Amino acid sequence: MVDIQHLIIRFKDKDQSAFEELYTMYGESIHGVVFNIVKDSAIADELMQDVFIKAWHKSGTYSSKKGRFFTWILNIARNAAIDKVRSKSYKQEKQNLDADFFVDIIKSNENLNSRTDAIGIKKFVSRLGEKCKEVIELLYFKGFTQKEASQTMQTPIGTIKTRNRNCIKQLRDMVL
Amino acid sequence: MDINAYIESGILELYVAGKLSEKENQEVYELMQKHPQILQEVLEIEAAVVKLTASVSPHAIDFDSFRDKIDDTKVVDLQPKKPNWISYTGWAASILLAGGLLWTLGKKNTLEEQLQIVETQKQYLEIQIEDARENLANTKNLLESIRDKNIIAVPLGGQGEFASSYAKVYWNKADNTIYLDAEGLPNAPEGKVWQVWSLTLNPLTPTSLGTIDNFNTDDNKIFPIANANESQAFGITLEPEGGSDSPTMEQLYTLGVVPTTP
Repeated sequence: MVDIQHLIIRFKDKDQSAFEELYTMYGESIHGVVFNIVKDSAIADELMQDVFIKAWHKSGTYSSKKGRFFTWILNIARNAAIDKVRSKSYKQEKQNLDADFFVDIIKSNENLNSRTDAIGIKKFVSRLGEKCKEVIELLYFKGFTQKEASQTMQTPIGTIKTRNRNCIKQLRDMVL
Repeated sequence: MDINAYIESGILELYVAGKLSEKENQEVYELMQKHPQILQEVLEIEAAVVKLTASVSPHAIDFDSFRDKIDDTKVVDLQPKKPNWISYTGWAASILLAGGLLWTLGKKNTLEEQLQIVETQKQYLEIQIEDARENLANTKNLLESIRDKNIIAVPLGGQGEFASSYAKVYWNKADNTIYLDAEGLPNAPEGKVWQVWSLTLNPLTPTSLGTIDNFNTDDNKIFPIANANESQAFGITLEPEGGSDSPTMEQLYTLGVVPTTP
């Protein structure tokens, strides 16, 4: 597995081809995270583009010492999506949100069938225990802190960390 | 440190989730540089999460669809170049204005200096005019004195070896004053002074009317001298400084006899 350090350097230099590569690597993930929060395809499309354009303009503020590039843009995406959900216009539009977790979306995602890792993902999702579903949902999709997740799940804070580790391990076993 | 225990703690999963403190992030970053095993672990966690989150996306979005937006933003970046001309023009105008102000200031200073010079010249001219007026007034007085009908004019001719010398006495008997016009006399040499004498002829008796101490410095060489004598002639001799009791006849430059009144 090759690190993306060279891409990041070019990205910070406003190299559009590097940005396109980063988009190819992470665009869909960001779209997925945003969609999971806003639950609306058109809004998700719009938000995801906003997120990447924002990242492009703020590229100078990113430093790999502060965290992974994926983590950085994931954070921008979650904040943008949460802001959107809290906005007045969004609340008026979306009265009855379905409470689907990412697992439910993945299960019903027909688009996924065209992907090479679709089988692994679907297998993972179908076998995933409830506790894993919840901890991944909260930590990666919703951006909860360890403490917030422990309160929501009524689980000791130390358990969150190890449980999450085990859940991600299962994921790695099936998709990598 | 126990790298395996560190990995197993689950901290790296939180690192990828972005749920560590700034200090912890820094720590993980440094450990990744030192231990390839930790870096590898982070890369795998990230790859797995990327795949999982991507599978939630209902459809792919082509980069091309928003490449335009980045290009747009580039165009937007370029557009301010138009207003830039305004700002360039603004700057140019400012610089010109500043230059103009400096030039005007320089000009003003030069003009002030010139004005100062003119002012000084004016004052100098005023003094000259004042002097000229005074001179004119003096000259008028002199002329009036000389033209007075009571004036007796006595030309004094050059004597002996001083034949080229001459002088004139205008005698106003009414106010007992003579005006000696001594322009025809040379400057008195160092240590010498001109002395004016009133003479009666039979017998020849000289009476000193005094020395002309300011002769060399006087401009018009006309000297008013008091004379209450019944003079019959006037003479001028060159005498040692301080004057003499009686005239030195060898130094008699000019002499003239008062014409007898008709």
